[in-house]
Amino acid sequence: MQTIYTDLLVVGAGLAGERAAVEAADAGFSAICLSLVPARRSHSSAAQGGMQASLGNSVMGEGDCPDVHFADTVKGSDWGCDQEVARLFADTAPIEMRRLAHWGVPWNRVVPGKSIYYKGGKQFEKVEAQEKEGLIMARSFGGTAKWRTCYTSDGTGHAVMCTMDNRCAQVGVEVHDKTEAIAMIQDGETCYGVVARCLRTGELRVYLSKATMIASGGFGRIYPNTTNAVICDGGAHTMCVNTGVVPMGNMEAVQFHPTGIVPTDILVTEGCRGDGGTLLDVDEKRFMDKYEPEKAELASRDVVSRWMTHHMREGHGVKSPYGEHLWLDIRHLGEEHITGKLREVYEICTSFLGVNPIHQLIPVRPTQHYSMGGVRTNKDGAAYGLKGLYAAGESACWDMHGFNRLGGNSLAETVVAGGIIGKKIAEYLEGCETEFKTALISDTVKAQQARIDALVSGSNGSENVYKVRAAMQDALNKGANIFRTEEGLKECVTTLQDTLIRSKNVGLRSNGRGVNPELAAALKLEGQVKMALMLAYGALMRTESRGSHNREDYPARNDRDWLTRTLAYWKKPDDDLPTLEYEPATSVVEIPPGDRGYGKSEIISADDKKE
Amino acid sequence: MSRLLKFNIFRYNPQDEQSEPHMQEFVLEETDSMTLFIALNRIREEQDPSLQFDFCCRAGICGSCGMVINGRPGLACHTKTRDLPGEITLLPLPIFKLVGDLSVDTGSWFREMYTKTESWIHTDKEFDPNALEERMDNKEAVAIYELERCVECGCCVAACATARLREDFMGAAGLNRVARFLIDPRDQRTDNDYYEIIGNDMGIFGCMGLLACEDICPKHLPLQNQLGFLRRKMGITSLKRLFKK
Repeated sequence: MQTIYTDLLVVGAGLAGERAAVEAADAGFSAICLSLVPARRSHSSAAQGGMQASLGNSVMGEGDCPDVHFADTVKGSDWGCDQEVARLFADTAPIEMRRLAHWGVPWNRVVPGKSIYYKGGKQFEKVEAQEKEGLIMARSFGGTAKWRTCYTSDGTGHAVMCTMDNRCAQVGVEVHDKTEAIAMIQDGETCYGVVARCLRTGELRVYLSKATMIASGGFGRIYPNTTNAVICDGGAHTMCVNTGVVPMGNMEAVQFHPTGIVPTDILVTEGCRGDGGTLLDVDEKRFMDKYEPEKAELASRDVVSRWMTHHMREGHGVKSPYGEHLWLDIRHLGEEHITGKLREVYEICTSFLGVNPIHQLIPVRPTQHYSMGGVRTNKDGAAYGLKGLYAAGESACWDMHGFNRLGGNSLAETVVAGGIIGKKIAEYLEGCETEFKTALISDTVKAQQARIDALVSGSNGSENVYKVRAAMQDALNKGANIFRTEEGLKECVTTLQDTLIRSKNVGLRSNGRGVNPELAAALKLEGQVKMALMLAYGALMRTESRGSHNREDYPARNDRDWLTRTLAYWKKPDDDLPTLEYEPATSVVEIPPGDRGYGKSEIISADDKKE
Repeated sequence: MSRLLKFNIFRYNPQDEQSEPHMQEFVLEETDSMTLFIALNRIREEQDPSLQFDFCCRAGICGSCGMVINGRPGLACHTKTRDLPGEITLLPLPIFKLVGDLSVDTGSWFREMYTKTESWIHTDKEFDPNALEERMDNKEAVAIYELERCVECGCCVAACATARLREDFMGAAGLNRVARFLIDPRDQRTDNDYYEIIGNDMGIFGCMGLLACEDICPKHLPLQNQLGFLRRKMGITSLKRLFKK
């Protein structure tokens, strides 16, 4: 068996992983990123809208600074975030955007003079300052006080991903694509690397490393309808869950994006609304301005998704063979804007819907989009539970997003967190000596080979992997959606417990030889169901509504009892429920909990706490 | 009752000694808004779980799912079955190494291309975290992005006659990459430097100008203009080099 050694091993080659690897390589260490697909196909590249950083170059961003960005982020999180981390992020974001410009990102730039823009369907005029000519431009996004989202057309993720991957090639970071990590090599105290499966040949391979980082993106594919790429299935998370000692943070915090297209759930960017697009109902009437007079379509995503669902429940949805939806209207932005700054949107609508958004309305509904939860780390990106293990980006719960992340903050997080955590990893590597225990390595490999053999021979049973996966997805869709109740969540947990048993009895129908896709799906299924249980059980226990987590039976945000982060462990492999523990949401409080300014809701104050 | 679609799909698993390259037929009932992404997943989940194919974003953004669809390279995710006849033949992209069935290894090909073209900004300027960003004209930024929209699906290479004839040809994707850096004011490489990379038959002078690359590019990149632009530029550079000798 091939054994490959490196100083830093990154599971994932999207923006967060590659950014951290560049930092390690710059400090003189070897770094390898494992990736299911060629790096540039990473889901980072699908991000359209942009990256938030308080550069304040645009006239509509005047007066912006890290303090304002920080405040928006904390409010957006519904006070569920770690404020120390949000501060670190807001302060560093402008530097990282400029660094990206230096490395080659073609950011859209300020063009001085008069121009028009739209807000809530109405036309306004602005004048960009002469002295800002050629600096990085910004557009508007939801939940922000200023125009702060840096962008390249609506292909920001793609453009930044190209630049980052170029940088990796330049500084010698290796990307082993078509490689899937399937188990962690660890002894309950330290992480030593992973066992991976080559997706060119199907062979197992050992990667040994002093530091290992999870940067594998979100896990939206545990839901049936999601904007996520098919690779965002939480495979790398399952490795962490299976250690028993690495907790997942805030798994119940799941973001639904207001504008997934119907029926395929492909995302059209929030930039549509940022640039002045409106949401319409079955009568082609605007409604968000009634629910949220101040922010309207530009309230945070949790709030907009909730009102959309509410509005459809009230009977104002558009009926279709795929269920009810609403309309997104960008017609008034005009052909030049739509085929320029919203070109991906234009292509998605014409290619996948047969809808021309210059003249026609776009059918949209809220769809699973972002996982605020993930591998819980401290502010240095070090995972709880295992030495030498780190995580960054969507896969991590570094926790600048709390219970709802703002649009444009995740793409910015990838490079900002990647940079900060990459530096911390380089410091760790500097003084690090490791011994690799050969027995531990061979035991891990043997255990994985045994799992594969059992799946291929069907010795555990003959459950169909795709059917069990669908059962898990349906359970979450029914019980752990935008609106949640005790009854629904209890049923979801029970169904998932049954699904967990089925997932242990999967047998392949194909022969499992080579790059067998059925085997790949089967290897992660049990772990996925465990993650689904962490999500549903965490949501059942959290008896309040905060950000994206909405309990209809507990509509108030309860700061008295729930200003906490959920930590979910799967302590023993045979447990049928996760073990939940809690920690304070933030140890540093710069902004005490208060009203967000949108999404009116009752708040049970932390001051009500009996001493 | 909707159409019954007949799929003829190329099958071969190089990792399985018993596998022989052949075409296999699958029949599937067409549903509303069906794309090849939906169809292939249904075939895999309901009929043959060993079927190999690549999808990632399934939204026409990442370029994973290039394949030959009824004779023409294209992205399977945004190919709607209603635009195809009842009989659909799917083959893996040529040129790239076959992984199995419809899956090919584009990653290695493109990685080699980055190395050859040194696909990064060449500059001796240091980044200063305390300074404002260097200014750039918005028109220039937009022009660079226009070329950077390539998703590396490999369709242009698969459709290229020169690439079929010579393994070392950079293809439109490679040449487009060079053009992207050539017009970037941040890159300090000269025409002469670029000539070293593409001023030969592996590069711009190997192109026969048949322009299938532009015809099939799923992102509608202006590949034809780039080839013309580079050929003119390299032609002039070539003459200058000749007279300097």
